[in-house]
Amino acid sequence: MTMKYRIWGGIVLLLVLLFAANLFLGSARIPFRAVLGILAGEEGEKTAWTYIVWQTRFPQAVTALFAGASLAVAGLMLQTVFANPLAGPSILGIDSGASLGVALVMLLCGGTVGAVTVGLTFSGYVAVVVGAFAGAALILGLIIFFSTLIRSNVMLLIIGMMMGYIASSAISLLNFFATAEGVFSYTMWGMGDFSGVSAGQLPFFCGILSVGLFLALLLMKPLNALLLGERYAGNLGINVRRVRVVLLISTGLLTAVTTAFCGPIAFIGLAVPHIARLLLGTSNHNFLLPVTMLCGAVIALLCNLISVLPGSAGVIPLNAITPVLGAPVIIYVIVNQRKIQYFH
Amino acid sequence: MKKEAIVSAADLTIGYRTGRRVTRVHEHLSFRLYPGELTCLLGANGMGKSTLLRTLAASQPALSGELVLEGRPLSHYSEKERSRRIGMVLTDKTQAGGLTVYELVALGRQPHTGFFGRLHRQDHVRIAEALEAVGIAHKAQSYTAELSDGERQKVMIAKAVVQECPLILLDEPTAFLDVVSRIEIMDLLHKLAVEQNKAILLSTHNVEQALVLADKLWLLSQEGGLQCGVTEDLILNHRMDSLFGRPDIQFDYAHGVYYPIVHGCRQIVVESEDDTLLHWMVNALNRRHYACVQSTPDNTSLPSLRASAPDRLLLNQSGKITLCSSFEELLSLLVN
Repeated sequence: MTMKYRIWGGIVLLLVLLFAANLFLGSARIPFRAVLGILAGEEGEKTAWTYIVWQTRFPQAVTALFAGASLAVAGLMLQTVFANPLAGPSILGIDSGASLGVALVMLLCGGTVGAVTVGLTFSGYVAVVVGAFAGAALILGLIIFFSTLIRSNVMLLIIGMMMGYIASSAISLLNFFATAEGVFSYTMWGMGDFSGVSAGQLPFFCGILSVGLFLALLLMKPLNALLLGERYAGNLGINVRRVRVVLLISTGLLTAVTTAFCGPIAFIGLAVPHIARLLLGTSNHNFLLPVTMLCGAVIALLCNLISVLPGSAGVIPLNAITPVLGAPVIIYVIVNQRKIQYFH
Repeated sequence: MKKEAIVSAADLTIGYRTGRRVTRVHEHLSFRLYPGELTCLLGANGMGKSTLLRTLAASQPALSGELVLEGRPLSHYSEKERSRRIGMVLTDKTQAGGLTVYELVALGRQPHTGFFGRLHRQDHVRIAEALEAVGIAHKAQSYTAELSDGERQKVMIAKAVVQECPLILLDEPTAFLDVVSRIEIMDLLHKLAVEQNKAILLSTHNVEQALVLADKLWLLSQEGGLQCGVTEDLILNHRMDSLFGRPDIQFDYAHGVYYPIVHGCRQIVVESEDDTLLHWMVNALNRRHYACVQSTPDNTSLPSLRASAPDRLLLNQSGKITLCSSFEELLSLLVN
């Protein structure tokens, strides 16, 4: 028990440090003291610095924190409900569904595919988020439908991947009709970054994700029961159908909103629940679920920090970083699965 | 003292409804389950054991008839209410390897805990008692992934115990277990039924242990439907014969086991004072397709085997008498 709380403490500390690092470090070089002053509420030596800290770095850090927590916990819920440790929003094609929704809305709105939320009005990005949610929920609903037909979890994963491909091909088709500029901005969006949420959009972004995260916290008890399988969970008084619906809404919201604003970010949803399980040594969601959220935030902040390392030379796309961190975790887990308790 | 039944069914029809098609698995079933009794449900595969268990657990509705749990129709119970009355142990694969034994058993408290499943002192007491009762307390902090099959089954039984249900249903709890674990689990279940006054129903293929430990038997077969009764009554009323509906499989009433019928073209007379010895003589000879008969004045021409001890087997083959000191020797003579 004390061990678990020590891990909690460690992760929270790491989270605070990384959040601070994200405020102090960035593409533009701003002296440490100046940032400290700006954060304390002073006017910066240069107005640009104040602007960068409050309008760029702060929203970006908060976005990373929420997006990381959201994707990670969505991955955890999917892994538990599908009884498959290799499930995740990107593996199951849920973020492809969200992307398709985004692309469609952008096209219908008359804009170019992919320029996403930049420069949109409030109703504009609400429409984008609704489109993303519809796309994500559609894919999730289809996967749940197939899960009633197919018992094998591996086959279900493959079906998820196939649906992801179909969504991607629909997006390619939309891109075919889009302008070169649209394709470019879509491609940029597809690389993923946490800078897509402006300070003005931040309350909306965080608000919706908080709803999804809150729903996830409500599911801790049924998720534990689901570790025993659906029939056992039903026997423990869990309304499995209702839990699935809440879970669909929660993972749909979390994946859709992060994808709409930050692009489809791979591996955080897949790998972070494993990192959390290995750290804690338990599948008990009462600990695992909050710790997965925190770990997700930590990893996302770390990725964001790495992305600005080149300094003035530019920003590394997130999807160039997350697989490098995530894939080795998955390979490690698969190689050692005989020794890892939660696989059995 | 007349006991009150926990579950009673009258004229029950079980089966499936898929769209408009109705598949009736069994009709006119009537039965009762009493507290303090271990009941074993026996029957060949595909006879509807699982369907019956699922119907009792309300995970599928009965097609018609009346099924009453503690005085109320089963279908009137909410999910939550049922979870406090019917505990289940299934053969489903779980992904609970990353939980400790204690955490897994604690899941059984879910019907009694609040929204986040927080355990209170009372819950911890129940869990500790259940771990003790099934004899797995020493492994409380082990991961379930590290348990043997038999231990894992005990943990699932403990989970059902902490649910504090008057009725526990188990779907083949001894499948995949070795002999020792099979006996342990059956013994444990009988003990739980008696000591905690629970009605326990389990389906099993483990006839041998069922006949020893079941207070009641439920025999489910195509021709006989469901026959319920005290084990010995059913056996001595020759109800075991029709269980599998196969003329080539017979029930040995003396020893309580099923055996394939002997296709004996040759007959042999067997004789021994010692019943155990006689049983194994017949066993060995049957395997060699000899039909064993008792000595009568008419069959003196038949070969015979008379034994006074396992190393004094007297074989008489058309006047040629051989004394065998082991069954190995005896059987080698019979080949030729």
